Amino acid sequence: MGTRNYKRKTSHSESGPGDGGRTGSWRVERPVFDQSLCIPCKRNKEACFICWLFCPEIVISRTIPPKVNLEYCKGCGICAEECPTKAITMVDEAKFTEEDKD
Amino acid sequence: MHIIENGNVAAALGVRLCRASVIAAYPITPQTPLTERLSEYVEAGDMKAEYIPVESEHSAMAVCIAAASAGARVFTATSANGLLYMHEQIQWAAGARLPIVMCLVNRAVGAPWNIWNDQQDSISQRDTGWMQVYCSDHQQIIDSVIKAYWLAEKVNIPIMVCYDGYILSHTYMPFDVPDQQQVDAFLPPFRPDYILSPENPANLNTVTLPDVRVDVHGELAHGYMEIRYLLQEDMRTALAVAADAEKKFTEIFGRGGNPYLEPYRCDDAEFVAVGIGSMTYQLRVSVDALRKEGVKVGVMGVRFYRPFPDEAIANALKGKKGVIVFEKALSYGYEGALASDLKSALYEHLAGTGDLPTVQNFIAGIGGRDIRTEDLTQYLRAATQSRVSKEPLWIGLKL
Repeated sequence: MGTRNYKRKTSHSESGPGDGGRTGSWRVERPVFDQSLCIPCKRNKEACFICWLFCPEIVISRTIPPKVNLEYCKGCGICAEECPTKAITMVDEAKFTEEDKD
Repeated sequence: MHIIENGNVAAALGVRLCRASVIAAYPITPQTPLTERLSEYVEAGDMKAEYIPVESEHSAMAVCIAAASAGARVFTATSANGLLYMHEQIQWAAGARLPIVMCLVNRAVGAPWNIWNDQQDSISQRDTGWMQVYCSDHQQIIDSVIKAYWLAEKVNIPIMVCYDGYILSHTYMPFDVPDQQQVDAFLPPFRPDYILSPENPANLNTVTLPDVRVDVHGELAHGYMEIRYLLQEDMRTALAVAADAEKKFTEIFGRGGNPYLEPYRCDDAEFVAVGIGSMTYQLRVSVDALRKEGVKVGVMGVRFYRPFPDEAIANALKGKKGVIVFEKALSYGYEGALASDLKSALYEHLAGTGDLPTVQNFIAGIGGRDIRTEDLTQYLRAATQSRVSKEPLWIGLKL
């Protein structure tokens, strides 16, 4: 099935997840959370969420624990850089098994 | 109403009659009097439009892109290096499928700096995804502007209406200015399928991946390649739509006919001179002179250059002994772009039939070098007798 009947003949995107395509495939490093260091996880309270605030792709949830949508996480590492307790580590995608990959 | 005016005014009157609502332009010789005239119309209240003075041609086209995206009928005009400065946005307008109409007053490009006429500027924009139509007199300028809006808005592809600097832009000749009522009957108000508005925010033409994608509504949307293919497909379809435009125009205004070509004494001709723009009218004088000598020769103007009317051209030249292509532009390192395109059309449609004419290429009037009718006659005569040169031959060169 192709795009012959798509309503437009131009590139047109509206705000919403994934309208730039499945950008998670660009990732070479994946953010991994250490819940023993993560402030909201440790205290079980809505707090910090610096990672959620800084994520330029809006793929980190404001939840306990914070979750990363790997479909669209490009692996930029800004969350790991900004995390005040160093709870996020960027791990080489090659370390994950084929099943873990998306 | 018949008036006597210059070619730039003919274009300005056409734009006014089409009720363009946003005009953004930067002055450059020989286009300047056209945009000056439009700014006067707006200032005097003779034209209900927003005139946006900009700091460059690049910005002029950017304004046109934004305004057309928001549903305005827009206009701009430029020449030569202004066109080249606009080049990035020109390609953008085509990919964004905006029906922008631009008058291109043909002028030589630098270096060296030169303000006189040739057609290197517009021919260099051949592959941008814009339609290109060329004019040979003032009536064609005003009529082409009106038809251009109709066509562009039907196929959602921008169009350049090109005419020779000075030779047409600054000379005065009589032409008919249609009534507003006639133009309104021909050209409906611009109602695009999609209008960008604050109520429905969207990103237009942002990063588009090589492959297709599922959009936020779950529909499979085009990748870059599909969008570009559709531009090509619609460009080819635009040939037939241009014929519709011509037919409708002829019904309402009583002039017109062949949307692609302008043949003169070609029916029984053995040799046909082919060119673009005002030079083809000058060649008519040479054709008349050679006919008196008994040389069976005609001349054919190519009015539509993109999309290229390959089939119409091949049909018109089928069985001729020779075709002589006169050009005011060159694809440096090879030959005139029209000569190449024309050979391609002849090969595609006539190869192996025995009806394939030979093709010679003459380059003339580069940087405004005077084109003398007797020179055209002499070279045209020589080309009917033998192959003058394998390489494109520069007429009037004083090396």
